Amino acid sequence: MQNKTIPDTRWMGLPHLAVGLIVIAAIALFGWQFLLADSEIAVLGMVALAAMAAFGVGKTGLNKSMSAAMRNHGRSMNIAILLALVCVIFLLGGEHFPLLMLTTTLLYMTVAFGLNAQFGLTGMVNFAGASFFGVGAYTAAVLTNHSALPPILILVAGGVFSALIGCLLIVPVVRTAGHYSAVVTIAFSVMFKTFLEVNDVLGGPQGLMVGPMKTFGWDFNSSPLLMGMELSFYVNYALLGAGLAALAFMFVQRLERSWIGLTLDSVRLDETASACFGLNVVRAKVLAFTFGNILIGIAGALYGMMISFIAPNSFSFSDSLLMVAIVLLGGLGSLWGTALAAVIVVLLPEKLQILQEYRFLLFSVVVILMLLFRPEGLMPRKVRSYFPNWRPEQ
Amino acid sequence: MSEVLLEFKNLGKNFGGVRALDGFDMQVKRGEIIGLIGPNGSGKTTSFNLMTGIYAPSQGEVHFDGADITGMSARKVYEAGIARTFQRSRLCLPLSIFDNIMIGNHARLNTGLWFNLFQRRALRGQVEEFYTQARDLVAGFSEDLAGRMFDPVGSLPMIERRRIEICRALISKPKLLLLDEPSAGMTHDETAQMMDDILAVRDRMGGLSIIIIEHEMGVIERLCDQCVVLSYGRKISEGSYAHIAADPEVQSAYLGMD
Repeated sequence: MQNKTIPDTRWMGLPHLAVGLIVIAAIALFGWQFLLADSEIAVLGMVALAAMAAFGVGKTGLNKSMSAAMRNHGRSMNIAILLALVCVIFLLGGEHFPLLMLTTTLLYMTVAFGLNAQFGLTGMVNFAGASFFGVGAYTAAVLTNHSALPPILILVAGGVFSALIGCLLIVPVVRTAGHYSAVVTIAFSVMFKTFLEVNDVLGGPQGLMVGPMKTFGWDFNSSPLLMGMELSFYVNYALLGAGLAALAFMFVQRLERSWIGLTLDSVRLDETASACFGLNVVRAKVLAFTFGNILIGIAGALYGMMISFIAPNSFSFSDSLLMVAIVLLGGLGSLWGTALAAVIVVLLPEKLQILQEYRFLLFSVVVILMLLFRPEGLMPRKVRSYFPNWRPEQ
Repeated sequence: MSEVLLEFKNLGKNFGGVRALDGFDMQVKRGEIIGLIGPNGSGKTTSFNLMTGIYAPSQGEVHFDGADITGMSARKVYEAGIARTFQRSRLCLPLSIFDNIMIGNHARLNTGLWFNLFQRRALRGQVEEFYTQARDLVAGFSEDLAGRMFDPVGSLPMIERRRIEICRALISKPKLLLLDEPSAGMTHDETAQMMDDILAVRDRMGGLSIIIIEHEMGVIERLCDQCVVLSYGRKISEGSYAHIAADPEVQSAYLGMD
């Protein structure tokens, strides 16, 4: 897409696709072992190894080869990544806790992709991510207990309810310019938790049971058998979570690489100028907010079904802040950055118990440092290319 | 088709007790370049904002191309065929040249959700079609710039940014182009280049009318067929550059003499 001749970025003389596949395999192996590691020393060692590898990637030109692979072989790479993820899930097989962590990470990733459409693209910061996640989870709880709806539709309903409540919230937001959405969503986040705590129908502070995911006679809470081996029932949820995260990624990426993405960027960067060029600013904001909330709501519904018991404490304002931290840490508008940051923010405190207690403090400091020294995030967003493998004649 | 493209009738705008613009009458003919001048705060940019629907006028009417566009929204005015640049460059700096120009092309972009998410092949056709148009437009200013369509605008010098801004306004094929201080922030040489650009643009786009707000009198003298002078929200003079330059009232407004 550039006029400049692209310098030869081959890494160790290998074709880009081969390099890409090797890197994916290496990351998958690393992830598998990381999820299984049980001593704090081992975890710290692996974190250090990952940090060194990340540093080395820039030094050896591996990152250039990787982005060339993503650009020229996007589809093959995406399929390879998904396959690698499925392999990791089956390799973990019977391990309950690592699978639960992996699925939680994937669901938070989905949430962060949704937040990225709102915040990263459109500039509407949503400090109620955990609340919309909660709307999805509570929808799942009520519908699995009190209706005969097939659970797959209940997932959709979680997204729809979350979007509907979002539509109510956005009414005051679209009447104003700037960061007004922050104020409205903070208020909603605080109100939502209080509302759940005093509402006896929704279980009050004790919360509610959630029925399991079931589809076409496949009960997600029963253990699947693979070649005579009994696997953890979390394998079901991990696979569905991986599918959901992949779909969310695809949708938000396509959104970004389209005229709509351009419209959203324009609204974020200059509302007045946008209106002068005929952009419908209100439509753009409503669309981005709704789009994000659907993803967040669906992820919340599946989360509820997986942990089978939900309480207001899981959907507090501080959880919303963690979700926003993921987006800031990864890089506004950068989906791969968001995926990486979700892994760091969700997985690291689970593996290092010492961090667990201080995670809010730690991530606040990290976000502040990030905004000071690298405001574009861990993996900065690139200039939009609508079709990465399209290079017009110059 | 009437000779007159744009007409203000008794146009006025109050901000609280301040009369930013008062009883302003003006006509712009097709193909004409009009210079709108006056000291700071005399209502030049306000009249642009009234024309383009950013403000609603307190009194009077704006007629454009045979229709009354008074109080229309910015979108509607844009679709009717008035495009503008801004006093302070209002490009989206992190976005590419192509993206910035496409914002100006918004009326022709298909922004349907289904189209953008699922009809990727059709979208690609549209991207390629508009890419060619945008590239040709940019190439009219600078071949070098046209080879960098996917560079972020933030990496470009001021003159190139101004060119991109003009391209962004021109891509929609407007009938009237409003330029708000096109020479702001530019060196002497760049200003000279910019003037050549504007004249070339008018020749290329037959019948395009232009209104320029400018403090650089050299620019006004060279480009404008007619000049309109504002002071404290009122029109104090109009006519050719030679005429207004000789007008004692204009001189006193600029130099502050009694």
